[in-house]
Parts: sequence; structure tokens; C-alpha cells
Amino acid sequence: MELNSFLLMRHEILLFSIILLLLIAELFLPRNKKSSMIHLALVFFGIHTAVGFLPLAEGSLFGGMFRSNEMIHFFKGVLNIGVFTLLLQSAQWLEKNMLKQDRGTEFFLLLFASLLGMYFMISAGDFLMFYIGLELSTLPVAALAAFEIMKRESGEAAVKFILSAALASGVSLFGISMLYATNGSIYFEDIMSTLTATNLTLLGFILFFAGLAFKISLVPFHFWTADVYQGAPISIASYLSVISKGAAAFILMILLFTVLKPLMHVWEPLLYILALATMFTGNLFALRQQNMKRFLAYSSIAQAGFILLGLVTGTQLGTATVVYFVTIYIFSNLAAFGVVQAISSQTGKENMKDYEGLYRTNPKLSLVMMLALFSLAGIPPVAGFFGKFFLFTAAASKGYYLLVFLAVVNVTISLYYYLLVIRAMFLRKGENPIPFFKSKIYMKLGLFIAVMGMLALGLYSPLYDYIYELSAAFN
Amino acid sequence: MIPGVSITEILTLTSILFFIGVYGFITRKNLISILISVELILNSSVVNFVVINKYLYPEMLQGMVYSIFIIAVAAAETALAVAIIINIYRRLSSVEVRETETMKY
Repeated sequence: MELNSFLLMRHEILLFSIILLLLIAELFLPRNKKSSMIHLALVFFGIHTAVGFLPLAEGSLFGGMFRSNEMIHFFKGVLNIGVFTLLLQSAQWLEKNMLKQDRGTEFFLLLFASLLGMYFMISAGDFLMFYIGLELSTLPVAALAAFEIMKRESGEAAVKFILSAALASGVSLFGISMLYATNGSIYFEDIMSTLTATNLTLLGFILFFAGLAFKISLVPFHFWTADVYQGAPISIASYLSVISKGAAAFILMILLFTVLKPLMHVWEPLLYILALATMFTGNLFALRQQNMKRFLAYSSIAQAGFILLGLVTGTQLGTATVVYFVTIYIFSNLAAFGVVQAISSQTGKENMKDYEGLYRTNPKLSLVMMLALFSLAGIPPVAGFFGKFFLFTAAASKGYYLLVFLAVVNVTISLYYYLLVIRAMFLRKGENPIPFFKSKIYMKLGLFIAVMGMLALGLYSPLYDYIYELSAAFN
Repeated sequence: MIPGVSITEILTLTSILFFIGVYGFITRKNLISILISVELILNSSVVNFVVINKYLYPEMLQGMVYSIFIIAVAAAETALAVAIIINIYRRLSSVEVRETETMKY
């Protein structure tokens, strides 16, 4: 094994060195200069994001435990942009609340550690690497959810998250042990060639699937979502709903389409039912929410149902549309959470009622919010429309007409509650609307990247063609 | 391999452990007991991995290695969970689920 073959792990090595550099900087920076940590972390991560887009070879390391190809490489780049945008958006909150307690650096360390876990998870080549990646991506987020230690809800959210995450990973481990018993190996390559649908395998698969379903909050495992999103700091809610869910959906897609392909006749009907249940539950619960974070939580549950719509097909078109949709979803949700973050870090208001009359006082913010919600709902000029349209095409091409019809019904329901927010912002006058305020430059940049991402993905079609080309790797 | 004990018996034991864990997770009212139930689930899969390795595929050590990693990660998980629970206890002087819960529906 040559030393330069380790360059296949370039993303991981770079991110790990950033974590070490930040630790050293934290040690040696004088106390009164701690606010420069934020700029330092942003600059480091910006460089990492930019370097991440340089081309990378395909291949595998450590006897197949770690593998990388162009699709995985591309998705890591998307995750990088997502995290970078999120950091820009949360800089203001960090500066205002966390620097006083001298806790700015921990935020970055934990967040980057979790991202590192996600890298390992999506390029895992066996179940051991997958499990370690999953845990490394989950545990720091639990610590981050408890970050506002003075707030009671923050602790409650963290304890709910860590206990349900531990249960989910325990259950999926039990499932993995059954897959190991029937196949005699934990490597994806070996399992793919020996997997047959016996009773033990099916039980193992179902238990294993439960663990991942928890991560993307599919319906029987969605109870933690709303509470954790509401209690945790907004950046963490945003991270959970955007980066964490995106990475989990991506690895679920890889596993279903490659390793678990022999069980396709089992997981197809399973995903069919879960997709319907997730969409309906998410949408119907979102109708009655007043808190914006809770509202976005249920909306993100519903979006997970749409992701399943693409997974159920199991074709190359399905892969491409799922990656495309997840990428769009990342940008749209980042924009929506960014506006909530901007308003909350200025005024502390998080309820839908407080948003009344926002257009009169803060027209730019409400325009960004409108674009984000249109994209989540799937209204033309913005990217969300194309994402949903392609998903429906993929599902219809396999003959799931009833599923597509019910999904369209769900789009209509979701349109209603997204428009409720837009009505509050644009049409209602409101008794005491949020006064005009100017956001910091980082926040503006963060919102700008998210909006540009939404528009570019929708209007610039070569991006979709590019994703479609890459998706050949998994079929 | 233990003489006189077949793999079926051990797997039955771990399955029972697993379901005790799940049952405890659902019914317990105290955060620490819920954490202990989760540990039961994790440990049942640790035993599973070791036994399957030893009885069915003794030529490779994959299951053993896996179980060591599970133990290490489970320790980290418990440490973090206990830290969070202590933090809650400091604020509320209670670790009962009913008293910590404010957010519903």
C-alpha cells in the first residue's frame, strides 16, 4: 500500500487537521481575542470546502473498509457547502451568546467531528465502518443539542435525542449481527454476493433499517424530531434536518441499491407504505404548528417521505433524482432555517404570529423566506419544483401511479401550511411587527449562498445531467 | 466454544436480553433506568457477535473486533448521556421523565 493512496481520504484528513488546528488555536489564543476563533474556523472551513471540489480518484482503502467514488465525492462537497452556509448563519448567535461563556470553539469542534463521522458513514465499505461513522455523527450532535445549558428545553431535547439515538443504534446493531450470522462477513461486497431472503436475514434487515429510519425520521421513528428541533439551538436543528438527514438518506440509498439489492422484493413494499405514512403524518401534524422550529420539523418529516418516493424505484433514475432532491432540500431548508435564525438571534421571537407584517419591516428577509418555502412546497421558478417533478417521474416510470397521486395530494396539503407563513408575512399587518434590523455580513452571505443554490439547481440544468452521469456508479 | 452449550441456547438468551431492554426502554419512568435498558440492548448484540463468530465462522475474527468497537462506543454514549442527565438534574433536581418533559405534540 502506497502512502499516496491515503489521499483518497483527502476530505477526512483535511477536516481532521482543521479540528486539531482549532484545538491548538484555542489553547494559545489570549482570552480577549476569543472572538477571532469564529473567523478562523470559517476561513479554515471555507478553504476545506473549496479544496473539496478538486477531482478525486476512485478506489478503496483498508481492504475495502473505506471506499470512494465520484458520487460520494460529489455528495461530500454538497455537505461541505451546507455546513459552511450553516456556520455563516450561526456566527451571529455564537458571537452574541456563546463567546461570553467562552464556549465558541467547542461548537466548531463538535460540529466538525460530527461531519467527519458523516464522511466515514457515507464512504463506508463494511458494517463496522458504517457503525462507527453513524455513532461519530450522532454523539456530538447530542452534546450540541444540550449546548444552551441555561435553557431547560435544550437539556430536554438533548436527552430525548441521545436516548432514542442509542436505542436506534442498538436495534440496528442487533440487526447487523443477524446479517453477519447469515452471511459470514460484515463487508458489503461479500454480503452482496451471498445475501438471500431467509427469515433470519429479513429480521436482520428490518431491525437494521429501523436504525437508519430513525436518522431520517421516517414515520414510526419520528417522535423525537419535533421535540429535539424545538428545544435545541436553531443551528443544531438546522444541522439535524439538513446535513444529518441528507447524509443518512444518501447512505440508505447506497445500501438499498447495492448491498441489499437482493432483498428488493421486500423493501419495495416496505418503502411504499412508509413513504405514504411519513408524508401524511408529517403534513397533517405540520398544519397545526405555531412554533416555527416545530413547523419546520414536521415539514422536514414530510420531505423525508418524498425522498422515499425516489428510493422505492431502485433504478438509476431513482438514484439521480434522490441525490438531486436531497441537494435541493439542503439549500431550501438552510434558507428557511437561516431566516428563522436571523430573526431569533435579533429578537428572540420564534412563533408564526410574530412573523405577521414582516414584509413591511424586513422585505428582504421575507423574500428569502418566501423563496425557501416555495422551494419546499414545489412551486415553479425555484428548484424544489424540479426536484419533486423528477421524483414523481421516477416513481411513475416504475408504474407507481397510486403512490404518485397520493404524493400530489400531499403536495397540496403542504402548500396550505407553507402559504400560512407567507400570508402571515405578506398579507397580515400584525399588531407589533418585528422592527427593521440589519443582519451581520456573515448572515447575509449565508442566506445568499442558500438562495443561489436553490435558483442555480432549478435553472441550470447541466447540474442535473451531471448528477445523473455520476449516479451510474450505484446501479 | 463452551462444551455442552449450543449456539441456539446462547442466541435465545441474547434475544431475551434484547427484548427486556426494549421493554424497559418503553416502560421505565426514570432516565437512568432507560439508559440501563439501552445498555442491555447493546450488550445483547455484543454477545451475539462474539457467539456467531466463535460458533459459525471461527476462521475470521470479524465478530470479535466488532464487539470490541461496540463496547468502546457504548461507553462513550453512556458517558455523554449521563453528562446530559446530570445537567438536567442540576436544573430540576429530578431525573423522572414526567418532570423533565415540557414539549408535547
